[in-house]
Amino acid sequence: MTGSIAAIGAGLAAIGAGLGIGRIGGSAMEGMARQPEAANKIQTAMLIAAAFVEAVALFAVVVALLGNGAN
Amino acid sequence: MTHLNNLKSINYTIKTALLTIVFSIVSVISFANQPVTSEHTDSAAATVENEHATATHAEGSHEENHGEEKFDANKTIMEHIADAHDWHLFGHTSIHLPVIIYTDKGLETFSSGKFNHGHDAFKGNYTYKLVHEKIKVVNEAGEIDEEASKKVLDFSITKNVATLFIAVIGLLLIFLTVAKGYSKRGIGAPKGLQSWIEPIIIFVRDDIAKPNLGDKYQKFMPYLLTVFFFIWFINVIGLIPFFPGGANVTGNIAVTLVLAVITFLITNFNGNKNYWGHIFTPHVPLWLYPLMIPVEIIGIFTKPFALMIRLFANITAGHILVLSLVCLAFIFKSYAVGAVATPLIVFISAIELLVAFIQAFIFTILSALFIGMAVQEPEHGEEAHH
Repeated sequence: MTGSIAAIGAGLAAIGAGLGIGRIGGSAMEGMARQPEAANKIQTAMLIAAAFVEAVALFAVVVALLGNGAN
Repeated sequence: MTHLNNLKSINYTIKTALLTIVFSIVSVISFANQPVTSEHTDSAAATVENEHATATHAEGSHEENHGEEKFDANKTIMEHIADAHDWHLFGHTSIHLPVIIYTDKGLETFSSGKFNHGHDAFKGNYTYKLVHEKIKVVNEAGEIDEEASKKVLDFSITKNVATLFIAVIGLLLIFLTVAKGYSKRGIGAPKGLQSWIEPIIIFVRDDIAKPNLGDKYQKFMPYLLTVFFFIWFINVIGLIPFFPGGANVTGNIAVTLVLAVITFLITNFNGNKNYWGHIFTPHVPLWLYPLMIPVEIIGIFTKPFALMIRLFANITAGHILVLSLVCLAFIFKSYAVGAVATPLIVFISAIELLVAFIQAFIFTILSALFIGMAVQEPEHGEEAHH
């Protein structure tokens, strides 16, 4: 039973990270389309921001893994 | 000049594409090798007995019981991403890595082959047994003595440690060759291995160090280059499932912890007046100080902590993902599932190659960012404000 609850937690984290990274990616695309000459800088900034969002999701995944008792 | 630049960038693109193709082929070959056990069954007309042998075989050579055991995907995956005392080659062949342990009776070294994949106990100063890749002390009755086990300090050359050595040797070979090229030919057109490494070094300098560290970048270039190439190299050889790779080194929290601690130390030892001023005298009303100072102090530690978890979880998640897809065929015991899963595995592995690079890049750029925040001088506009 704990396994399925941990899976729900990981799923919720994935929803949050998906929304966040989607927004970052979308805005970066928009920015690059408007200013193709700044594409490199935007890309770097996008990756950094995505890494921060992803880190939060990964915290949740690690907690879910630990909660799963798989250690 | 623009023409030359264009040519250069085309040349670079071709090289990158070639590199990607080489890596993809390597990964395709690797994963063609992964479900090789199912091909065995193919030729053996898939007798029921053989199928069981394959299923247990897939659990790694650690389990040699050919009994009616149910295939446990969770256990298999966790075994594969964990560190091990022997390095599995193929079938039931593996390299037995040396075990080095320190107990209150002194230092002991012996081959991990003595454990016979955890089936046998080895009698040294104590009697040792391998339980879930941890060395435990057992008493005469063969029961695990938890009290005595706590005194065992394991310094063994495990699979991860061996991979670290391989990475060190590989990186030294690459970079000493490149360095020799520069000392022989001087700064000019690169040749051979230099042409491959130079664009990456310039990428680290121009895209990672300079924007974040400003004009102090030279002091931190050695660290940034080392950490970048180290993480990248280890991530990539971790994706190779057979012998020289397959160890989940950056997916081991101890390794990422040490990397993060180094960044933490460099950041704080290089922190200037401005950096510590932001922490202990933040620009907020005085009554907020009891709230802000603890938050800022916690902030010093959360940054490297996030670095640690990010690298660990990304690489571990990647390995789990690939292994889960490999396990699908064994869970359903069906060739059709295997046929569907194989292209997926190749696709995910290609993504993992990208992740291997991105994680090295992210770790390096965030290290540069944190160090940059610690060494930057206050801007003049800000100074005029206060």
